[in-house]
Amino acid sequence: MGPLWCVKSVDGKVFYMASEAPIQGSTVVESKPSAISLPCRQILSAMEEKGFSKDDVFAVHLAVEEAFVNAVKHGNKMDPHKTVTIDYTIDAEKVEIDIQDQGGGFNPQSIPDPRVGENLYRPEGRGLLLMSAYMHIFEYNERGNGVHMVRYKDRPIVGHGDAVAG
Amino acid sequence: MAAIQPRVSVEHVDGATVVAFTDEKILEDTDVRALRESIEAVIEKADRLHLVLDFRHVRFLSSAVLGLLIRVRKRVDERGGQLRLCNIHPGIHEVFRITRLTNIFDICESVDIATQSFSDHR
Repeated sequence: MGPLWCVKSVDGKVFYMASEAPIQGSTVVESKPSAISLPCRQILSAMEEKGFSKDDVFAVHLAVEEAFVNAVKHGNKMDPHKTVTIDYTIDAEKVEIDIQDQGGGFNPQSIPDPRVGENLYRPEGRGLLLMSAYMHIFEYNERGNGVHMVRYKDRPIVGHGDAVAG
Repeated sequence: MAAIQPRVSVEHVDGATVVAFTDEKILEDTDVRALRESIEAVIEKADRLHLVLDFRHVRFLSSAVLGLLIRVRKRVDERGGQLRLCNIHPGIHEVFRITRLTNIFDICESVDIATQSFSDHR
């Protein structure tokens, strides 16, 4: 998907640019879990176009799904009057994604580590761990209603989730 | 909404009930709920519960599916049964490893190995 070449007109001149131009998108969607389907497909297609590996695509897919479900369920609390904004930039080296809801935010430090003790037997609470394990940069804004995530192409993640504390 | 209903196939192998997820991706709450109902129906029906969940077709899942598996495990325990997971794709296995669910699930390479591994296998 997407053009291999893009054309820019400057002072009447036409330039042909190779596909190294970043692919960017910004979209506002409804607060329902299925609404991530289209933006997610666009992000993953752009990654394939930019030559990211299957492992990278898997990682970003998982992080986007988890971040969006959190935004809809815990952020907007499924309020149909609220929306979620998704911004992304994909270039030859990295994928950058911002997902922001319209909720009051939360403190990520307040989420217990799902890998220890009885938490291991709880059915919920693994989304943050997975996002941080699969993305090189994973951070919430001060209010706690927006997450910024970056994954670099073909770069292993040291620890792969081991550094996450509850 | 044109949601695709997730499906499971159920067969009996060597005294065990083998439930295979037939969807490549398991994502939405509705999918997970439908799966839970299907699997719970199997659990309630079985007399001697040796349950194998076969992931051979699954290439992607979300943390909601991990929650489903934990609920299934609890129900199997309550019924005095045994549970095995098998044929887990390396990418999915990594999700189990990161979350340390490898510590609470018995994961086997294949259906055959899973069915032979039950402690009172006969």
